Amino acid sequence: MNLTLRVWRQKSSASAGQFVTYDAHDISPDMSFLEMIDVVNDRLIKKGEEQIAFDHDCREGICGMCSLVINGTPHGPLQTTTCQLHMRSFKDGETITIEPWRAGPFPVLRDLVVDRSAFDRIIQSGGYVSVSTGGAPDGNAIPVPKADADRAFDAATCIGCGACVAACKNASAMLFVSAKVSHLSLLPQGRVEEERRALQMVAKMDEEGFGNCTNTGSCEAACPKGISLDNIARMNRIYAKALIKNSVG
Amino acid sequence: MSITLDSKIPSGPVPSKWSRYRQDMKLVNPANKRKFNVIVVGTGLAGASAAATLGELGYQVKAFCFQDSPRRAHSIAAQGGINAAKNYRNDGDSIYRLFYDTIKGGDFRAREANVHRLAEVSVNIIDQCVAQGVPFAREYSGLLDNRSFGGAQVSRTFYARGQTGQQLLIGAYQALERQIAAGTVEMHARTELLDIVLVDGHARGIITRNLVTGKIEAYAAAAVVLATGGYGNVFYLSTNAKGCNVTATWRAHKKGALFANPCYTQIHPTCIPVSGDHQSKLTLMSESLRNDGRVWVPKRLEDCGKPASSIAESDRDYYLERKYPSYGNLAPRDIASRAAKQVCDDGRGVGPGGRGVYLDFADSIRRLGENKIRERYGNLFDMYRQITGENAYQQPMRMYPAIHYTMGGLWVDYELMSNVPGLFVIGEANFSDHGANRLGASALMQGLADGYFVLPQTIGGYFAASKNGEVSVDRPEFRQAIEDVETRINKLLSINGKKTVTEFHRELGKLMWDDVGMARTKDSLQQALKRIPELRNEFWENVNVLGGGLELNQALEQAGRVADFLEFGELLAYDAMQREESCGGHFREEYQTEDGEALRNDGEYAFVSAWEHKGVDQFPVLHKEPLVYEEVKMAQRSYK
Ligand SMILES: Cc1cc2nc3c(=O)[nH]c(=O)nc-3n(C[C@H](O)[C@H](O)[C@H](O)COP(=O)(O)OP(=O)(O)OC[C@H]3O[C@@H](n4cnc5c(N)ncnc54)[C@H](O)[C@@H]3O)c2cc1C
Ligand code: FES
Repeated sequence: MNLTLRVWRQKSSASAGQFVTYDAHDISPDMSFLEMIDVVNDRLIKKGEEQIAFDHDCREGICGMCSLVINGTPHGPLQTTTCQLHMRSFKDGETITIEPWRAGPFPVLRDLVVDRSAFDRIIQSGGYVSVSTGGAPDGNAIPVPKADADRAFDAATCIGCGACVAACKNASAMLFVSAKVSHLSLLPQGRVEEERRALQMVAKMDEEGFGNCTNTGSCEAACPKGISLDNIARMNRIYAKALIKNSVG
Repeated sequence: MSITLDSKIPSGPVPSKWSRYRQDMKLVNPANKRKFNVIVVGTGLAGASAAATLGELGYQVKAFCFQDSPRRAHSIAAQGGINAAKNYRNDGDSIYRLFYDTIKGGDFRAREANVHRLAEVSVNIIDQCVAQGVPFAREYSGLLDNRSFGGAQVSRTFYARGQTGQQLLIGAYQALERQIAAGTVEMHARTELLDIVLVDGHARGIITRNLVTGKIEAYAAAAVVLATGGYGNVFYLSTNAKGCNVTATWRAHKKGALFANPCYTQIHPTCIPVSGDHQSKLTLMSESLRNDGRVWVPKRLEDCGKPASSIAESDRDYYLERKYPSYGNLAPRDIASRAAKQVCDDGRGVGPGGRGVYLDFADSIRRLGENKIRERYGNLFDMYRQITGENAYQQPMRMYPAIHYTMGGLWVDYELMSNVPGLFVIGEANFSDHGANRLGASALMQGLADGYFVLPQTIGGYFAASKNGEVSVDRPEFRQAIEDVETRINKLLSINGKKTVTEFHRELGKLMWDDVGMARTKDSLQQALKRIPELRNEFWENVNVLGGGLELNQALEQAGRVADFLEFGELLAYDAMQREESCGGHFREEYQTEDGEALRNDGEYAFVSAWEHKGVDQFPVLHKEPLVYEEVKMAQRSYK
């Protein structure tokens, strides 16, 4: 296939960026989207031009490192990660626009690479069970109903890629935060700290500059792991309960 | 420097060595722990669990990883599960049995004392992870579920759907983030280790490059822990993540740490085959598929290009069932891999380039119905379709073996310390527990055993005994190391040759795969030993790395890693050449039984090969650690 790429190039977070057009000819439909960029990059180097910087690692849809907005949609046309998207999803002769995640709390570092460390800081604010190594009771000491364990898993499957934020017009991180709050609240081990956790993580999210949730659902539509909006509803309940308790003292 | 290999295995019977060690161990008092700085490089399962636990104990930790967050380490990709000798099934499992299976699975090339300790702490790992909120699979009773895995007759594998590595890593990551919030761990993401610094023969610091700004920095500490993963990407194509590299362990090796058993590499038989020259990595398809899929290729060469459905039953060669009637399609990983290579070498492979064999579900679908197969393997069939565009319910999957895991690594003693005092190595980066072959679901177990339960104890013993004072990064050793790193980077940036880094990496990978891969011979290894230095020389004359050092420069990152692989590959080949036997993942065609099984030579090769670096383009020196079996009797593995 022969394609035209419009790619966002930006030297550093301090400099201005712009779209640059590249020709991507002789692309095999069996290539993954990232392999297509690999090929374009190798050709650029041969011409003496610097390669396009982009984040990636596992290329199996699980590490959450890859992050491109393709034709306006985070991770492109399929509900999967960019690394699992293949060129057969595109038409010969098509022009493809490739941009970094666009969100205030995710500043661009170079070209298509953004800084997502705000997510780590949100986890630091309470996205864990406060248990230290050693002294844990036997794994079977606390039975967990299978349905709860399965729902906790569904929430825990979030890969922290940030597509939800990139898709949201408010750059809200509610889907990410609520997935963590839900994962831990659905298990007895995590329920103990759920109120403090919800309050602190939401406060941190606001502090990092993520916007409010206005229930448009675009985060769920963009999520490569199918994290559900139900998680946001669950977190809102926990949060409201915690607020009331806190105000009562 | 003269080197003596002291494995420091505690005395006494194997099953009581670990408890005896802990009784005798010197302790650091809680108030003093704060005075010790520890550098942990790598925050996958091994590194994240170690950094978190050290922080909890009160040490001052600095942790490093090259990804943008510790949550993205390659451990995240592990699918199948983690072993533990819980015996929740009441099916006869025990610590001893897990110990025995691991020793036997490793083809009697692992250290008994380490493996027994691993089996002992395996049970604590599950408890710890459950307490952290890892959502393991459960039964309707609410209790933990298990599945069985290769190399064991009991069900001892704990799992979280097909994403066990992800869930375990998230657990360790959250424990780590908790310590970061508590101020005991300082995290440096997007930072790559480029050298280790020794002061008076002890590991006292590291030199790093900030991957965003390009700044070269020095960090000093009382000890350095490497948890930087395996070296499978020396083969370019592997199931490892793209960033996996040998740089940290190789730089440590060049500073004096011995590299053990580099030739023990594991090949997984069922991976999605290469689809073209653009291929950047290979994707594993779980071993469990071979429970219901039948492996075959056409009997006749002329049938190989035809669609599978047009080949009559009688014209198909179900070669695993034919060659290994009792194990059939479930023959062990190494056997199944070599058999696939053989039929493809004969020209009977299928798919692009003739490098593939069929894994056919038609019989099972007829027998059990499509729904049952979907229930069992639906996610794998979906992944297969995403990558190949083919529907495996209607046509057989195509599979080919790929490099998957590396058993070799830096040599460590019982305390997980290398021969360089103060340099500890944990997880896939060390050589310790798997001998010549790792069993499924045992790498996650080892990484977490090292990180949560072993290293945090043994490192205290080192601190209690050492008289090391504080060191400052202003010392000449640090300044020299910074200068060396900068010189190398400037060299890479100034070559301005004609080939890209990827071209060199691909070429090295092909050479390694062809000559040092699944089946090795003296000739192929000699060939590799001639070609690797040639390729390395060409790299340093003709590679083209654009851009500058003081910026985010992915070409430069990759160039540094490939440069190290170009040195390391040669050591791997030396090791394979030296080991004139076949064992586990190391198969020398000259040494096989009549049935094509690996033929060990216990009389001459029951030792750990630990290599000492003498300079690039110099012969490395081999040190041998004899393997003494007190508990288990060495025997030939049998799959008949
Ligand atoms: C597809 C796949 C499936 C698998 N499935 C299973 C399974 O089901 N069960 C099982 O037991 N095992 C499995 N394994 C093996 C297992 O996942 C790994 O062996 C294990 O996770 C390695 O953990 P680690 O912590 O040692 O290293 P890694 O997880 O690889 O972490 C390495 C860390 O080091 C850092 N690092 C590396 N180099 C540098 C450097 N130069 N500077 C700074 N930081 C650096 C990285 O950033 C990362 O944080 C699987 C492996 C693969 C490839
Ligand atoms: S590269 Fe890991 S999810 Fe895409």
